[in-house]
Amino acid sequence: MTTLPTSTDKKLGLVIDLDTCVGCHACVVSCKGWNTENYGAPLSDQNAYSGAASGTFLNRVHSYEVQPADKAAQLIHFPKSCLHCEDAPCVTVCPTGASYKRVEDGIVLVNEKDCIGCGLCAWACPYGARELDAEEKVMKKCTLCVDRIYNTNLPEEDRQPACVRTCPAGARHFGDLGDPDSDVSQLVAERGGFDLMPEQGTKPVNKYLPPRPKDVEPEFDILAPYLEPIATDGKGFVGWLDKALSALPGGAK
Amino acid sequence: MHPAPSVIIFTTFSGLGFGLLFWLGIDATAPTGWVAFVFFAIAYLMAVGGLVASTFHLGHPERAIKAFSQWRSSWLSREGIAAVFTLLIMALYGAGLVFFGAQWSPLGWLGALGALATVFTTSMIYTQLKTVPRWHHWTTPALFLALSLGGGALLSGRVTVALVLLLVAAAVQIAAWYFGDTRLKASGTSLASATGLGGIGEVRAFEPPHTGTNYLLKEFVHVVGRKHATQLRLITLLLAFAVPIAILLLGVNHITALLAVVSHIAGVLCLRWLFFAQAEHVVGLYYGKR
Repeated sequence: MTTLPTSTDKKLGLVIDLDTCVGCHACVVSCKGWNTENYGAPLSDQNAYSGAASGTFLNRVHSYEVQPADKAAQLIHFPKSCLHCEDAPCVTVCPTGASYKRVEDGIVLVNEKDCIGCGLCAWACPYGARELDAEEKVMKKCTLCVDRIYNTNLPEEDRQPACVRTCPAGARHFGDLGDPDSDVSQLVAERGGFDLMPEQGTKPVNKYLPPRPKDVEPEFDILAPYLEPIATDGKGFVGWLDKALSALPGGAK
Repeated sequence: MHPAPSVIIFTTFSGLGFGLLFWLGIDATAPTGWVAFVFFAIAYLMAVGGLVASTFHLGHPERAIKAFSQWRSSWLSREGIAAVFTLLIMALYGAGLVFFGAQWSPLGWLGALGALATVFTTSMIYTQLKTVPRWHHWTTPALFLALSLGGGALLSGRVTVALVLLLVAAAVQIAAWYFGDTRLKASGTSLASATGLGGIGEVRAFEPPHTGTNYLLKEFVHVVGRKHATQLRLITLLLAFAVPIAILLLGVNHITALLAVVSHIAGVLCLRWLFFAQAEHVVGLYYGKR
């Protein structure tokens, strides 16, 4: 049944640090690499070598410019994948029972053998976490690398989602967000982790850590005043040059 | 949202077909014999034709039978069950009228109720989606029901009832457009809430995650067709409502009735195209689009 469990034993999920993400897309590549050859149908590409390439990805990195009122603009890289919501609207809309949320760890998965490819779960997801594969015609989504995290054939350090394992900046963290003492829960509490689109009522498990406030640079260089740019009300040669050039036809006044 | 022809055809024709089945079901003096055959044939062609069209947008239509299993949570599953139930009951009721000249009224009433339930559950597939604020509103089921009942009345030749219901449907459609145009803004979902970065300053999509397009943009961000929305709204009002209403007022014969029906269907197709093309999915915000 695609009704949601009232509670799950664990709430496995990701914590993504928007302060440290450098926007390298390594998580995108490692995710596609792992998931195209493991759990379920492969992640196909269409016209991969043409100008109109597209393909299925379970994780994508957006970049946003944020302009504070009185400071310099910030560029923030923003990885986005399934948030494994507690109140996952994608699960309840599924007519076949293909979509489900696991009681043991809260991971939201698709049983691809039951998926009719109607796309309604992707319609119900506010985050764009689900993509219908154009080749296999079934719904693909982040599995939280369910085939890695419990996989005893892998060395212990590899038993975490591919995106977390590969992140060179340490911007991605994996753990049980239902346990208040876990490392990820501590990190969220410490850094003020937040939900995406809380008004949608999905109660996402994945949390995002905000960029840290920018430092205000102190005046540390005693020579700086001497390096100030040439004054606009130039005197002497510069002043003469300014006037002479302005006097030319079409010259800037 | 992407206005897929399969769902436009499905919602338009199934709505009309089940609307006609409703009126046939509650008709105290239902037609019998060949006349009944023609009415039921039209109703089934539309209702079943629409349902078949809807399977064209499935990735795996061969597994469609599984869609009847999740009625506890899924409106799509409920719709499938309601549709099949209604079609089976009305087939029995219709067989009585066509072949035996007998009107088994309780079956008709049950079928009429099923037809209403089918149209309502269809509308709830869209209404339930918080991700599409324009649809997440009482006007969506109201419009689906008014159009289905009005169109069904028109098809079954009920002049006064059709007149009233088409006027109601037109009013509901105008209300849906009026409220719909501000629904995304009123939903409180914005790029600021989507990224959680609004507290720092004004957020702008700087660079998309890929150079090409993707499933999400194709399915949820439809921009091109919105440019003629105002003209299409006028055409919708004219074809779906004004022309049939004028014909009903001026008096109907077989030719003008056909004209009214054709005009109404063309108008509803246009209306449904707008229903999808103008619906903004919140995921577009992540891409700086609507």
